[in-house]
Amino acid sequence: MNIDKDLVAAMATPLVLAILAEGPSYGYAIHKRVRELSGGELEWTDGMLYPLLHRLDRLGYVCADWGSSSEGRRRRYYELTDTGRAELVNQRAQWQAATRTLGGLWSVAAGA
Amino acid sequence: MAELDTDIALWRTSIMKGRAVDDGDADELESHLREQLAELKKAGLTDSEAFQIAVQRLGKADQLTAEFAREHGERLWKQLAMSASPEPTDRRPLVKMIVFALIAAVAMRVGWFLASTPTAMAPWFLRDLSLFVLPVLFVYLARQRRMPRRTLIAAAAAIVALAALATLYPFTPDGQTTYLVGIHLPVLLWFIVGIAYLGGIRTPARRRMEFVRFTGEFAIYLVLLILGGGVLTGLTVMVLNPIVPGAVDDVLIWVVPSGGAAAVIVAAWLVEAKKSVIENLAPVLAAVFTPLFAVMLGVAAIVYAVGGIGRNFDRNLLTGFDILLIIVLGLVLYALSARDTSKPAGALDVVRLVAISAALLVDLLVLWSMVARVVEYGFTPNRAAALGLNLILVINLAVTAWLFGRMLARRTTAEPLERWQTQYLPVFGAWAALVVVVLPLLFAFS
Repeated sequence: MNIDKDLVAAMATPLVLAILAEGPSYGYAIHKRVRELSGGELEWTDGMLYPLLHRLDRLGYVCADWGSSSEGRRRRYYELTDTGRAELVNQRAQWQAATRTLGGLWSVAAGA
Repeated sequence: MAELDTDIALWRTSIMKGRAVDDGDADELESHLREQLAELKKAGLTDSEAFQIAVQRLGKADQLTAEFAREHGERLWKQLAMSASPEPTDRRPLVKMIVFALIAAVAMRVGWFLASTPTAMAPWFLRDLSLFVLPVLFVYLARQRRMPRRTLIAAAAAIVALAALATLYPFTPDGQTTYLVGIHLPVLLWFIVGIAYLGGIRTPARRRMEFVRFTGEFAIYLVLLILGGGVLTGLTVMVLNPIVPGAVDDVLIWVVPSGGAAAVIVAAWLVEAKKSVIENLAPVLAAVFTPLFAVMLGVAAIVYAVGGIGRNFDRNLLTGFDILLIIVLGLVLYALSARDTSKPAGALDVVRLVAISAALLVDLLVLWSMVARVVEYGFTPNRAAALGLNLILVINLAVTAWLFGRMLARRTTAEPLERWQTQYLPVFGAWAALVVVVLPLLFAFS
């Protein structure tokens, strides 16, 4: 089962913010973490992650800084800011409300 | 491995092409690609298989750049101002340009000062105006292009000789020769500027096309700068004149001529610094105006062919015709410089052929009535200069029309056409030199 692409788009921001809440990270590692968490059900075009990260940077949710990889290639690291943390709390509340609503319905349906 | 690196480099170029992806983003995407590649290869895929899959997963280049453009739309505009990269850029070319613009402004001011008489400007000022600006541009480009010393000295000597001629020739005030020199001197100086631009006289004809491009783009930038300057001047007068009447005029009389001289240097710098911006604009402008000029010339050719040119033929009409013919030739030449010579002819080339044919017809009519006048009234400096220019134009237009026809009939590519035009360019320069140097002597400076 693959998740619908509109839903992926809606999930992308809280997902990336939540992953960065675990600690600073960089593009490819974030991407791998997403794959791991979703068990491959969440498919996106890898490249699209970067414009998203840049948007979060512009909004002040994350801050980006150049570091380097083990092979010495330069690598951009992203770190969650306080604004980003607050946004994550906000998004999380919204998603919990959404799943609670749907879950309420579906558990009733399952019970019936 | 080397092949893989080439593939990656090509891919990197393709995503950076739209300018929405900057160097840093490309680094970021490339390191993603490389990590993905490493992982896929660890799983047993070959270089090329891994590359195919990794690139596909990253997304199609155009979709990717579109997404970056949505997030970084400002980058597409930023390149119009200064360098888009946040890294410290080399400021020396900018400083050099500013220094030369100041020199041009000062030179213009000196000329203005020399020509000022208590009652009015000396009549030579307008005629020799270009001598205060274009030599500065010449030195600027010669330095930029690292012109060989010997050519530099020869060209500089030519400029000095021209300045000496213009000063020493005893022109009759308001005479035809002084007027003709005023028109042809800037043209001649522009060709000398061209020598500096190309870094020498003996350049392959192919490279002269670069100077044609430079000329077209320079003209566009100069017009834009002058328009901006005009708006600024008008607003200055509107806003400040009520408070300090008179003072504004005094300042503007200083600022406007010097600003114009400086604009020439700035425009030349912009052509080089912002090459890619106008590269997109200039061919569009040429494509818009070529059909319009073709229609206009076609109508003029028919009207004058039916009605006869004789009755209304005077100096103004002749000047108008010549400017028109030169513009049409310029449009075609410019379009040539921007096209890929190996490409087959297209619909726009048909329009160009129409424009050229109409121009040829108009030019033949003009020549016909010129010859009639010369036969009837004899030579004057004006008639000699006009006859010469129109002969040069008619030869050029005739051959151009012929080569265009052949190209449209798919017998040749655009290459012979381009070669013809570039080889013909010095003829215009030589003619301008003749008018400036020899014609006044022949007609005793009348």
